[in-house]
Amino acid sequence: MELTPPGGRGMPAPPDARSGFVSPNWLTTRLDDLVNWSRANSLWPMAFGTACCAIEFMATAASRFDLARFGMERVAYSPRQADVLICAGRLPFKLAPVIRRVWDQMPQPKWCISMGACASTGGIFDNYAMVQGIDTIVPVDVYVPGCPPRPEGLLYGILMLQKKIKGETLFDPELRVEQLADERGLFLEPTTVDELSEPFGNSVHQTRSA
Amino acid sequence: MTPNPSVATLRARFGASVVRSAVVLGDTIVVVAADRSHEILAWLRDDPDERYDYLVDVTAVEYRDRELPLEVVYQLRSLPRNACLRVKIALAKDADLVVDSVVDLWPGANWLEREVWDMFGVRFRGHPDLRRLLMWETYDEGHPLRKDFPLRGRFSRSEQVRRALGADLRAHYSLEELSIAEAAAALPADLRARLAAAPPTDPR
Amino acid sequence: MAAKRTLELALATPGLDAEGRPARIPLVADASAGEPDLRTDHMLINIGPQHPATHGVLRLVVELDGEVVVRVIPHIGYLHSGFEKLGEYRHYNQIIPLTDRTDYLSAPANNVAFALAAERLMGIEITPRCTVLRVIACELSRIISHLVWAGTTAIDIGAFTVFLWMFQERERAYNLIEAWTGARLTTSLTRVGGLMADVPDGWAERLREWCVRFPKTLDEVDRMLLRNGIWLGRTQDVGVMSAADAIAYSLSGPMLRASGVAFDVRKDQPYLGYETYDFEVPVGERGDVYDRYLVRMEEMRQSVRILLQALDRLPDGPINVNDPRVILPPKRSAMSDMESMIHHFKQIMEGVPAPVGEVYFPVENPKGELGTYLVSDGSAKPVRWRIRPPSFLNIAALPKMAEGHLLSDLIAINASVDIVMGEIDR
Repeated sequence: MELTPPGGRGMPAPPDARSGFVSPNWLTTRLDDLVNWSRANSLWPMAFGTACCAIEFMATAASRFDLARFGMERVAYSPRQADVLICAGRLPFKLAPVIRRVWDQMPQPKWCISMGACASTGGIFDNYAMVQGIDTIVPVDVYVPGCPPRPEGLLYGILMLQKKIKGETLFDPELRVEQLADERGLFLEPTTVDELSEPFGNSVHQTRSA
Repeated sequence: MTPNPSVATLRARFGASVVRSAVVLGDTIVVVAADRSHEILAWLRDDPDERYDYLVDVTAVEYRDRELPLEVVYQLRSLPRNACLRVKIALAKDADLVVDSVVDLWPGANWLEREVWDMFGVRFRGHPDLRRLLMWETYDEGHPLRKDFPLRGRFSRSEQVRRALGADLRAHYSLEELSIAEAAAALPADLRARLAAAPPTDPR
Repeated sequence: MAAKRTLELALATPGLDAEGRPARIPLVADASAGEPDLRTDHMLINIGPQHPATHGVLRLVVELDGEVVVRVIPHIGYLHSGFEKLGEYRHYNQIIPLTDRTDYLSAPANNVAFALAAERLMGIEITPRCTVLRVIACELSRIISHLVWAGTTAIDIGAFTVFLWMFQERERAYNLIEAWTGARLTTSLTRVGGLMADVPDGWAERLREWCVRFPKTLDEVDRMLLRNGIWLGRTQDVGVMSAADAIAYSLSGPMLRASGVAFDVRKDQPYLGYETYDFEVPVGERGDVYDRYLVRMEEMRQSVRILLQALDRLPDGPINVNDPRVILPPKRSAMSDMESMIHHFKQIMEGVPAPVGEVYFPVENPKGELGTYLVSDGSAKPVRWRIRPPSFLNIAALPKMAEGHLLSDLIAINASVDIVMGEIDR
């Protein structure tokens, strides 16, 4: 499985060119299996629920769909004790520094699931108030589409994240590296942010007046 | 359709300050002059025959036709008489958009007027705490619901993200909170001055 | 400054008074409690916007004197999505999906509210079957919204089981809603002039079965909470709003009625034929959290009553008004008959224009009076779409209700207001 760090930084450099990279051997793979298995099966979610997707998250955590059987027994309400940030719902600009701060407060190893269309791309809200996708603010590992995604959809996204985690390795120092914001407050280039936020599909026709 | 009888009484009492009235789809609408709006609204609340004790909504409307004035709309209801009335104030867009606040009449108007300030840029004279409500305090792209404000905002997306991330989370305190938290230094100078100048009236 | 209060909890179940209602446990305000020699400062703490107990992205800045809330200042806007601005760029039918996302706990009711306002603006009268189906949608929304309220309020006060039970009932209601509209949460149920689809075969019987089973869950919850000493101690005389204050602060819905003001839009400004249904509106006395609990639980029972009546009178017939300029023609005719194709084209490409005018249409949503104010300039997109959100005004009164109480009371009061941030921030 490709060890692509989230945030779209591109393919990792070849093994011998990176410093600190330990060549995989029997011991490292066994250790990785153990660590990845334990991480994947006890992901404590930081439920950053904002809007409608938060209700579907609550429904997924409730008795019919039950997140607990996937290891998410304890929904961590403090970012310091959480493993995965599930951004469930739309993210307006006013909330952007809050999610950035919550993300920064989470210790490594941490992952991010963007639940719903609004968290992934801005959804139907292509306007002045909405962040066009939380991946312009925090690095995202799994995107779950839907408006809102069915609980089965969220569970599929969580299982996909678990699969991604099982493909990780402890011995790649660039994997669990913090992607901090620079002094401008961005962690992506401005041109990348603009490209990610461009309207597409039906949004292109929005400004046509009656 | 017969208008709400309040219209006739208003005209009799306030004369030319009642600019015009209409009945649209069963609702009675009265347009009043801005300079006596507070007096008229207070009378509508207090007069024993009117008793519009419940303020349903305060909002504003800007039309696509640029010649038309910006209207501040008050939706009133009299619970004892089960009657509704819509009172409007027409503000010319080339002058300052200012009306008198009605927070002293209906405390529920506090946030409603803050939202009109935030979204339309209409100032409310006498409001105890006129800050932005839905956008953050240092938001300076403009007043979003104005027709000259584009749907996606004025700045580029990366600039909007940068400004949003740079907004100090504690900067949108009211003056009451600032006295405790000493976060006043984070606010721009003009904002500090404006908050300091607001009258410290307690609407409750 | 509020005096320090001590809380006396009756750990045994209290008895009933002469009218069969649970006896009230007085809270003793002990002004001389505390340690007079202890020098303290006030503490400023921040609750939210990311917090499990704020019911959405609400931020409360709280000044505390020990455990007593001296001042609480709510900050909103963390979910401001520009709905009203978007509405100015959308046709009336394109706004319906937007209404789902404002009060996402009771989406069908929002759809109905907007459709009613647009229909009044355009002068359209809906069919009898559509009217009854919309009543069913509104009352079902009322129930599912109150279920979330009951679950989250109970979990805030510490009763976790109620949350699971309420969400299980909500799943059963979701099955019904999904069978009708295709979606659990964001339904987009109505269209201007009708509905997106008729109910499937056998749906009415399934709803009737659910209406018979559901009150038993409410009875179970009441067995757990209604006379529970801890519940009573946490909710009685907490967050009291007098009737005069409730009117002055423009509260609406269960918040207003729990304070003793008997105003319900369904009774006082009826729509959808509510005046022909036989139901009661519960009105409280004290305006505390306990009364709000009682009012909402009883409203759910009354909604079941309305649902059964609506099912009994559900007439046959079309759900959409017979006007091809407003309602899309069936695909079969649009693909075969020129006139239908032109109507289809015009509605999709240009939208349905509304005549010049404006309307304010209030409905009794589960949270309170949801008003839709639409202003039209004759085009197919509104000049102004204003949502008068009930939770906005209800939460603005939080400082009035919570100041002087303890911090844990603040959480209970915040829960009792029943807010949904999507509606507050729009």
